[in-house]
Amino acid sequence: MKNEIEILIRVPNQTRYLSLIGSIGENMARELCRLPDDRESFAINLNVVLTEAMVNAIKHANAADPDKEVQIRISISDKELDIRVYDNGQGFDLNSIPNPSFDTNSLEDKGRGIFIIRALMDSVVYRKSKGGNVLEMKKILR
Amino acid sequence: MNLKTEAFGKQMVIFVREERLDAHNSEELKTELNRLFAGGSKELIVDLKDVRFIDSSGLGVLVSGFKNASSRQGSIKLSGLQTQVKSMFELTRLHRVFDIFQTVDDALESY
Repeated sequence: MKNEIEILIRVPNQTRYLSLIGSIGENMARELCRLPDDRESFAINLNVVLTEAMVNAIKHANAADPDKEVQIRISISDKELDIRVYDNGQGFDLNSIPNPSFDTNSLEDKGRGIFIIRALMDSVVYRKSKGGNVLEMKKILR
Repeated sequence: MNLKTEAFGKQMVIFVREERLDAHNSEELKTELNRLFAGGSKELIVDLKDVRFIDSSGLGVLVSGFKNASSRQGSIKLSGLQTQVKSMFELTRLHRVFDIFQTVDDALESY
């Protein structure tokens, strides 16, 4: 039997659900992933990635409209972890987001979310999908 | 958000008593930092001993506090970072920006 698990979640476009979504990903990684050397770090990193991706959808893609919703699809196979976060907002250009400044004299409060996702995942793509957009993030598991 | 602020002489210590410091609750920490700056405090310590998880919004609020403190010739120091929280500072290079101490006492002694 093909060893693949898929979880679909739909939540209102509100930050109060960040902890819930992050925890689902973290526990899933702990239970299911054949992982990298440091399973615990990976599980928490997944919490971070899901939190950042969901905040991105809530604040930037869905323009913080609480009546909209965010859909999240997490799938894990033996080879790969694939996270897709769908929004139904206007979207944005992923490639136009610069890396944050590391210079103490020109620090910005914001703009580290996508940088963090890119640092923790192997590939990150943002594209049109289902009348909205999807942020797709993949991690190779072996 | 569960925050407790205590004065130790000229230094003010904010104890963040939350497991997560994220986009959902970090604005409340920003409000508290701004309240202390507005009240004339310049030497702040944020204790993150209870925080197991921080995201870019939580980091952003601390950066905002750092900039605010610097503009007033003050400082903001951090204590009690758990391993995962420390990793996030390292990932974003912010460990080079902040003075980070093991405990609140260590941070207080540094003044």
